[in-house]
Amino acid sequence: MDLKEQVVEILNTITGEDISDQMDDDFFETGLLDSMATVELLLDLEGKFNIQAPVSEFNRDEWNTPNKVIAKVESLMG
Amino acid sequence: MLNLQPYADPQYFIILLLALIPLAVGLYFGKRFAWYEVVVSLVFIFLMFDGEKYHEGIALIIYMIWQWLLVWSYTLYRKRNNQTWIFYSATILAILPLVLIKVAPVADWAKVSSLLGFMGISYLTFRSVGMVMEIRDGSIQAFNPWNFLRFMLFMPTISSGPIDRYRRFVKDIESAPERDKYIEMLGKAVKYFFLGFLYKFIISHVLGTLLMPNVEKLAILSAHVHGGWSWWIIAYMYIYGLNLFFDFAGYSLFAVATGYVMGIEVPMNFNMPFLSKNLKDFWNRWHMTLSFWFRDFVFMRLVFLMMKKKWFKSRVTTSNIAYIINMLVMGFWHGLKWYYIAYGLFHGIGLVVNDMWLRYKKKHKLPHNKFTNALAIIITFNVVMVSFLLFSGILDKIWFHSFR
Repeated sequence: MDLKEQVVEILNTITGEDISDQMDDDFFETGLLDSMATVELLLDLEGKFNIQAPVSEFNRDEWNTPNKVIAKVESLMG
Repeated sequence: MLNLQPYADPQYFIILLLALIPLAVGLYFGKRFAWYEVVVSLVFIFLMFDGEKYHEGIALIIYMIWQWLLVWSYTLYRKRNNQTWIFYSATILAILPLVLIKVAPVADWAKVSSLLGFMGISYLTFRSVGMVMEIRDGSIQAFNPWNFLRFMLFMPTISSGPIDRYRRFVKDIESAPERDKYIEMLGKAVKYFFLGFLYKFIISHVLGTLLMPNVEKLAILSAHVHGGWSWWIIAYMYIYGLNLFFDFAGYSLFAVATGYVMGIEVPMNFNMPFLSKNLKDFWNRWHMTLSFWFRDFVFMRLVFLMMKKKWFKSRVTTSNIAYIINMLVMGFWHGLKWYYIAYGLFHGIGLVVNDMWLRYKKKHKLPHNKFTNALAIIITFNVVMVSFLLFSGILDKIWFHSFR
């Protein structure tokens, strides 16, 4: 499974929905993600990809769609 | 001696805008006159705390030295090491002056109040505590004493916010906005100033100065006669709640507009809060810089800690506990009065109930239309108003103070 699929899988588990057809939808606007789910996401990403994603680095504008999350993970993995 | 309280009267706006002209001209030509900006900030801060308020001015200086040394030494420490107890100690030390100020009236420490108290201490504390946490996370790595002072003492927002973030603020002061962008900001500033005048000097004047004191008297008198309750309390509730919005939103608009004239995009504080569809929505629209601060620095960090250490099995329990602690801390921040703490608890429980409802709604796929939407807005508005009635302290006057 490549990185993209793994992130989508994490997002599917957290939101309880299949998000693969809404890769550019703002999930704070659609209500799929809230602060609580965000923290779960950060922890899951930390565990899965061994990256450091502290709360300070979480800026809603940069993490608000599945594609942006994937890009973030890629950049944090360096 | 001339003493100018921020945005208090027309005279203030005239002096302020005159003082900002050179800065605005510079920004128009793509230059940011940092020294001039600092001098203007300091002069206006001096004018806030001079004359009879000089002791507050001294308290501000003591406070700034304290935070300056603290944030500086924590940054130096953090470069070499990252122990958790040092982080907690630094956070506690950053909050300590504010805690002393909040405890002083209850403990009857008059000296502490006069030595450490000044208008705006709680808003400055948000800024420095936020910095300590971002230094811990490695998001702020260098201590720039100059930027630190500019951030903490940014005059338009010093007394009551909006609460900006260090990294966002520094990005703004490091350059001047593009001309088109700056012109757009000036346009918004004009609009915000006038909207602020409408909110604060017209609507809030009618609600808060003309109506509220009379209705309050009626409510207290009538409740006293009728065994602790009167329908006037309900009238007071709406007037107080609406006035709270127009007064504070008006002030915030002035602060944002002044920031824009200075080429700084101070974040907005309100986004039509009385159109909120539920309590969570409300906290995304009401006193946003405060609630987002609590969301990022209290709620999310608590949840992070609780989930990482696996203190609770269920995510619902985790989030409920975090909601209640988050809102209780906000209640305590307002002051050590039972009605502020009750207000915090009310909103903590409110958010728990709100989440329960959202889960229920999702599970049962309830109908959603214009009517349910309007109903949701009306219910949320009234729940919020009841919380403001608590917050106002009038119930304390009615129930726990002898009749005067």
